[in-house]
Amino acid sequence: METDAILNVEHLSMRFGGLTAVDDLSFAARRGEITALIGPNGAGKTTVFNCITGFYKPTAGCLALGHTHDAFASVQTTVARNARHAQGGDLFLLERMPEYEIARRARVARTFQNIRLFSGLTALENLMVAQHNRLIRASGYTVGGIFGLPPYRQRRQEALERAAFWLEQVDLIDRADDPAGDLPYGAQRRLEIARAMCTDPLLLCLDEPAAGLNLRESGELNALLRLLRDEHKISLLLIEHHMGVVMEISDHIVVLDYGKKIADGTPVAVRNDQRVIAAYLGVEDEEMAAASGVSS
Amino acid sequence: MADDPALQPTADFRPEGAEVQAEARQAGLPPRSAKPVESRSIAALKDAAIAAFVALALSGPIVGLVMVPGPSKALIVQQRWVPVAAIVAIVFIGRLLLNLFVWNRARQAATQPRPLAQRLPPIGAFATPLLLVLAVGLPILVIYAVPDQSRYILGVGTLILTYIMLGWGLNIVVGLAGLLDLGYVAFYAIGAYSYALISTEFGWSFWICLPLAGLFAAAFGVMLGFPVLRLRGDYLAIVTLAFGEIIRLVLLNWTQLTKGPAGINQIPRPSFFGLPFAAGPGGFSETFGLAYSPNHRIVFLYYLILAMALITSVVTIRIRNLPIGRAWEALRYDEIASRSLGINTTNVKLAAFAIGAMFAGFAGSFFATRQGFISPESFNFMESATILAIVVLGGAGSQLGVAIAAVVMIGGLEALRNLSLLKSVFGENFDPTQYRLLAFGLVMVAIMVWRPRGLVSRRRPSVLLKDLKRPATDSARQAG
Repeated sequence: METDAILNVEHLSMRFGGLTAVDDLSFAARRGEITALIGPNGAGKTTVFNCITGFYKPTAGCLALGHTHDAFASVQTTVARNARHAQGGDLFLLERMPEYEIARRARVARTFQNIRLFSGLTALENLMVAQHNRLIRASGYTVGGIFGLPPYRQRRQEALERAAFWLEQVDLIDRADDPAGDLPYGAQRRLEIARAMCTDPLLLCLDEPAAGLNLRESGELNALLRLLRDEHKISLLLIEHHMGVVMEISDHIVVLDYGKKIADGTPVAVRNDQRVIAAYLGVEDEEMAAASGVSS
Repeated sequence: MADDPALQPTADFRPEGAEVQAEARQAGLPPRSAKPVESRSIAALKDAAIAAFVALALSGPIVGLVMVPGPSKALIVQQRWVPVAAIVAIVFIGRLLLNLFVWNRARQAATQPRPLAQRLPPIGAFATPLLLVLAVGLPILVIYAVPDQSRYILGVGTLILTYIMLGWGLNIVVGLAGLLDLGYVAFYAIGAYSYALISTEFGWSFWICLPLAGLFAAAFGVMLGFPVLRLRGDYLAIVTLAFGEIIRLVLLNWTQLTKGPAGINQIPRPSFFGLPFAAGPGGFSETFGLAYSPNHRIVFLYYLILAMALITSVVTIRIRNLPIGRAWEALRYDEIASRSLGINTTNVKLAAFAIGAMFAGFAGSFFATRQGFISPESFNFMESATILAIVVLGGAGSQLGVAIAAVVMIGGLEALRNLSLLKSVFGENFDPTQYRLLAFGLVMVAIMVWRPRGLVSRRRPSVLLKDLKRPATDSARQAG
């Protein structure tokens, strides 16, 4: 178990009937780093994501998320107590939490492979929905809000400021009042990231953020992800097929194939790993050496 | 996960397809002006003839043949070909004129993508104050202008306002949260029976029973909400439909409590905050030094339901701009994404059901006190369908659209009842009320063809960037 991790995945297995999508997977996402999860189609990457964000309940395994460095010390006692989170509230066992609690309390945000914006709502409204939990408490669970009480107005103003800030960060402030569904594809991808950031996460999970982007757009995406890591101290976990993005920005890469981890390390190490090349290119053992030479 | 059908939102309340098709149809048609004038009018004639034939085929059996009791009490077929001829002629001439003058011109103007919907100015700007002034001024107007008809007109006005209130209440569930509820009348019934039972058993006043009825209905809203949390679209519609029927059947069969089909009568009429509308001393007219008139109660009921409807509207508009309202709309678009943002969709859905049901409960207790008598008959599926039709035709999510749709649907049907013009065309025995459902259907088809998203389909954002009063950009930076 790594101590500088924000997320420790241990012996994660997910079975759908007879199909084992993820098989005894263990890895860690380090705090303040970009961790990429790659692998051929059907390797189980999105399944891992859905387990981390609570949309699937894993068949077995432990997903521990720590808000502080020494949070992981209480994993054993929390497991023993059969609780969802440690008593101090800085360690969360994600496999025991419903998805909305993972977003709200464990502070894990995510985006989706096929963009899931609220297409009829404006860009700004999308970002306001993301701040629902903060605002609903301030609105006195709606009762106070109906009468327009001051605490709610103050919080609403702060939420608007935060939304405007993130719209500026993703360069969409000019289209704040346009329906999200009317934005171009690349802008929708950026807006989805901004929306996830409005939930104030510590770990951001991005499911193929560069899918469908052109060269210029994926360059902008790289800059945005670096900004999140360096200036906002966000830990990122991303699934990506776009090797240009993965190799350029990842600090750490985990490679899956048929639900099993086949490599884990820095981009350079993974790129030269024989099993990774075999998984991607499907080459025979004899050709592996040659293929390794070509790809590096 | 993307292809997992369980995670995809199923049905959706936006008939986008029809609108897109309509646009494509209009854009794709070659401009008629390119053809020579003669062939164009021949084509128009042919088209009108086809339309007339369809009209004949439809109206021939429906209008032309009637079964009437003959001299020996057996049914005989009576033929009425004059009205059929009138219908066919109207269709033929109307279609011809439309072909020659209206559609022709619309097709020539290829630059206009959506003729009717887009050329109209936003009607909300002038329609809302106009309707409001009309609604407030109606009793005064009616009592001075047509005193002998005032009782009837105000009765119709009260009925329309009841439906507007129900429409606005259902709009929360269907229009905002996107949960298709076909059993909304159940909450109306629960409100009515709560009021009737509490006031007849305990003798409590209307103003105490009203909130209680709302609370009961809201509690039942939550009760319905729990089992249907996982359902959407068609499946949700079926369960809510069943819920409506279950409530009606319980009311019908639980005779010890509800007196079954006999209903509850002698429900206390509302008083003017304690002053009964009676002729004697201590009554409303006596206290205010007015001459007694039965109109007082009618006018009071009218203003009561107007106030209740307006409160419904104001509360809905305010809620829409609050986090819960935005969460409802987000839920309508994408439930998975809402959950990924930390929204507890269970609570959000239950809140929608509860608040929507609460307003139906209020309306139900008003209904009970106005009628003085209720029975399960009043709460059948037809009522749910009417309220849902009002919401869908008005434009799900739009307050103004729902109000207009209620006026057209309820008021229009009442007006139809009184049109003597129709009798002069179709003969003395013509009863327009028998054609209620036909008119209903025609209006629905017409609106779904021309305005597939309802009368008022423009969505007003709940928050705009200009709502943010920014002192300087630095403070915005700190907020992130």
